[in-house]
Amino acid sequence: MNPAAWTRRQQLERAIAFGALVLVVVWPAVGSSYWAHTILVQTFFYGIAASSLIFLSAYGGMVSLAQTALFGIAGVIIGNLATKGGPGGVSKGLHLGWDPTLALVVAILMTTAIGLLFGLVAARSAGIYFLMITLTFSVIATYALGQVTNISGFSGIGGINEYTPGWIGDILEHPNRLYYLALGVAVAVYALIRYVIRTPFGLTLQGVRDDPIRMSSLGYSVPLHRTLAFGFAAFLASLAGILYVWWSGQIAPGNVDLPETINLLAMAVIGGLVRIEGAWVGAFAFIIIQNYVRDFHVPGLSFGGTLFGGSFNTIIGIIFLVIVLVSPDGLMGLWGRIFDSRRGSRWRRTPTQRGPSAPGRGGETTAA
Amino acid sequence: MSSLASSRPIRYLPRIVLAATVAFALLYVLVISSPPPVEGGSNWRTTNFGSAIDDPGSFVRVLLDSITFAGALFIVASGFALIFGLMRVVNMAHGAFYLLGGYIAYEIQQTMTGQGFSLSGTEVNTWEWLIPLAVAAPCIAIVGLAVQQSFLRWNQGQELRQALITIAISVIVADQIIAHFPRTTSGAQRFGGNAVDLAWPGWTERFVDFHFSGVTYSLARLVMLAIGVAVGVGLWLWLYRTKTGMVIRAGVDDQTMTSALGINIQKTFAIAFVIGSALAALGAVVWTSQSNIASGQDGQWLLNSLVVVIVGGMGSIFGAAAGAVLYAFVLNFSASYLPTTGSNCCTQYSPIFTFVLIALVLSFRPQGLFGRGG
Repeated sequence: MNPAAWTRRQQLERAIAFGALVLVVVWPAVGSSYWAHTILVQTFFYGIAASSLIFLSAYGGMVSLAQTALFGIAGVIIGNLATKGGPGGVSKGLHLGWDPTLALVVAILMTTAIGLLFGLVAARSAGIYFLMITLTFSVIATYALGQVTNISGFSGIGGINEYTPGWIGDILEHPNRLYYLALGVAVAVYALIRYVIRTPFGLTLQGVRDDPIRMSSLGYSVPLHRTLAFGFAAFLASLAGILYVWWSGQIAPGNVDLPETINLLAMAVIGGLVRIEGAWVGAFAFIIIQNYVRDFHVPGLSFGGTLFGGSFNTIIGIIFLVIVLVSPDGLMGLWGRIFDSRRGSRWRRTPTQRGPSAPGRGGETTAA
Repeated sequence: MSSLASSRPIRYLPRIVLAATVAFALLYVLVISSPPPVEGGSNWRTTNFGSAIDDPGSFVRVLLDSITFAGALFIVASGFALIFGLMRVVNMAHGAFYLLGGYIAYEIQQTMTGQGFSLSGTEVNTWEWLIPLAVAAPCIAIVGLAVQQSFLRWNQGQELRQALITIAISVIVADQIIAHFPRTTSGAQRFGGNAVDLAWPGWTERFVDFHFSGVTYSLARLVMLAIGVAVGVGLWLWLYRTKTGMVIRAGVDDQTMTSALGINIQKTFAIAFVIGSALAALGAVVWTSQSNIASGQDGQWLLNSLVVVIVGGMGSIFGAAAGAVLYAFVLNFSASYLPTTGSNCCTQYSPIFTFVLIALVLSFRPQGLFGRGG
């Protein structure tokens, strides 16, 4: 930790990160309550979900669309385990009424196990195939939750926020506790990912991303590393899902359907699929857009909606499209470009084009 | 020697498990399952109408449901597979194109017949079904071509970026559909992507008697199967018996080499996108006539196309056909033949069987049934 040795970019980034962290820590005391308990808290847990996607994409070379499904599965599991049926209880679910802390641990373990199963099925594929396969997992999970009325049904489970562990307390009465819990988990997840990518496992995973054939001829099991990475990402997504159900109190198949899956992808893409920090940057940008563009009308072209009569999804779609076309590495990519204009784009790294002429990512070796 | 011998059972274990699973599923449907008893006492063997031996009529009906649904599936998914196989573009907007095609055809049919929200087949003649199709398919072909030329063409080879571009387009198209369709209905049904349906031409609205266990079957669904088969045969003739088809197959195998031979591969890509998008619209017209169309079904049909291509394998119409048939069978049979013990048991778990199908196929053939390499 020697600030004098940092590059100018590192100095700037760390100053910004430190400033942002101080700001969000003091925010509930000084800032607006709406921002704290709607915008920032959502940024924290959607950021965690997006970071699981970015972790797989940036370090495993796998763009997973199943993260939203895993997020929802964790919510459904804790909803089934922790809630108690009662008078006027109309919501579906098993209402097992377990101790919330036990339910929390079991939900995380079960979601990680389901993630490992998904990973096992998809692990022999990579790139675009992985995207397609994980998308089918996500859509199948939506339909399964919608049809299986024992555990969810289309209406989903409600009132989960009344069954939080005692060490957190009543979230409705003390919303700041959830705020700081989400913030703490987000910081811990960031630190954990930064740690994991430096472990031998993380380094091997990056080797698998760059050249699976070389790694397997060196004796590493490519499917095993991809499966484990997917399980780890499922663990992260489960944390986000549990924070979500404590925040919103309910979970339904509508929370994991295709539009929601695309929303999470949009957060990750807006932030940038190359750096973990992008997860929270993208989630923040997305939630700001979601909150403030809803009532926005494009002058002259609104036709009764935001644009051509559409809802805010049209705007999100256009922003998503512009980001992908202009800066494939998202906001973090734009930021990086300011400092390093010579940096090649990972988007061009495809098997057919890989070769001496294809620019690799800075510092990486490409198989020539 | 001993280690080799002892390793054998382990090596064959996955295959044995697979064979046992498939054999059990077949046996369950054919003989094991039993019809619901008259009074109580159902068990794990109890299904809606029992095994194929008990009730051959229902079995044949489910079989026909599967095959005819496979016809519609194949039409939509073959368009997706054509684009994916040739250009490596995962067209995530395929479901949105499907939805748009269905709504356009609905508007045309409503305008032609002027009957209002609900139409029965007897009020529709053959032209009033064919002309909506003849308008919707070129419309979607043009939309597809525009997307390909303006967004995808200059991002060739960047698979992930192209997939993200088409996702963004699908978000925009799906949202615009909610804002503007259906137009010709009145009152609360107007706009908002409400569910509407096309009507088959009147002559298909009858049942064909199979003279087997009293099975009569909807002619419309058989027509749907016939259209699916016709599309399959047409695609086969086009891909394997014409020069354009030869160029497309060459492009699937080696894009760089094909264009090095002086062939305008860009023109071929454009053709593939036009045909692939038009097939989404054709499939939409066919299935909307049978069932209905509503906003949100874009995800359903994107899933359908993806499953067919993942199971069947990339870049081959035989793969798309095999994938469509397998997927349709798994969907229909799991919905009909899962045990019904208790009031709400088991048939509700049918979506999970799609996952089981994908898992089984991918664990033995990561490239899909008919997939070739990379």
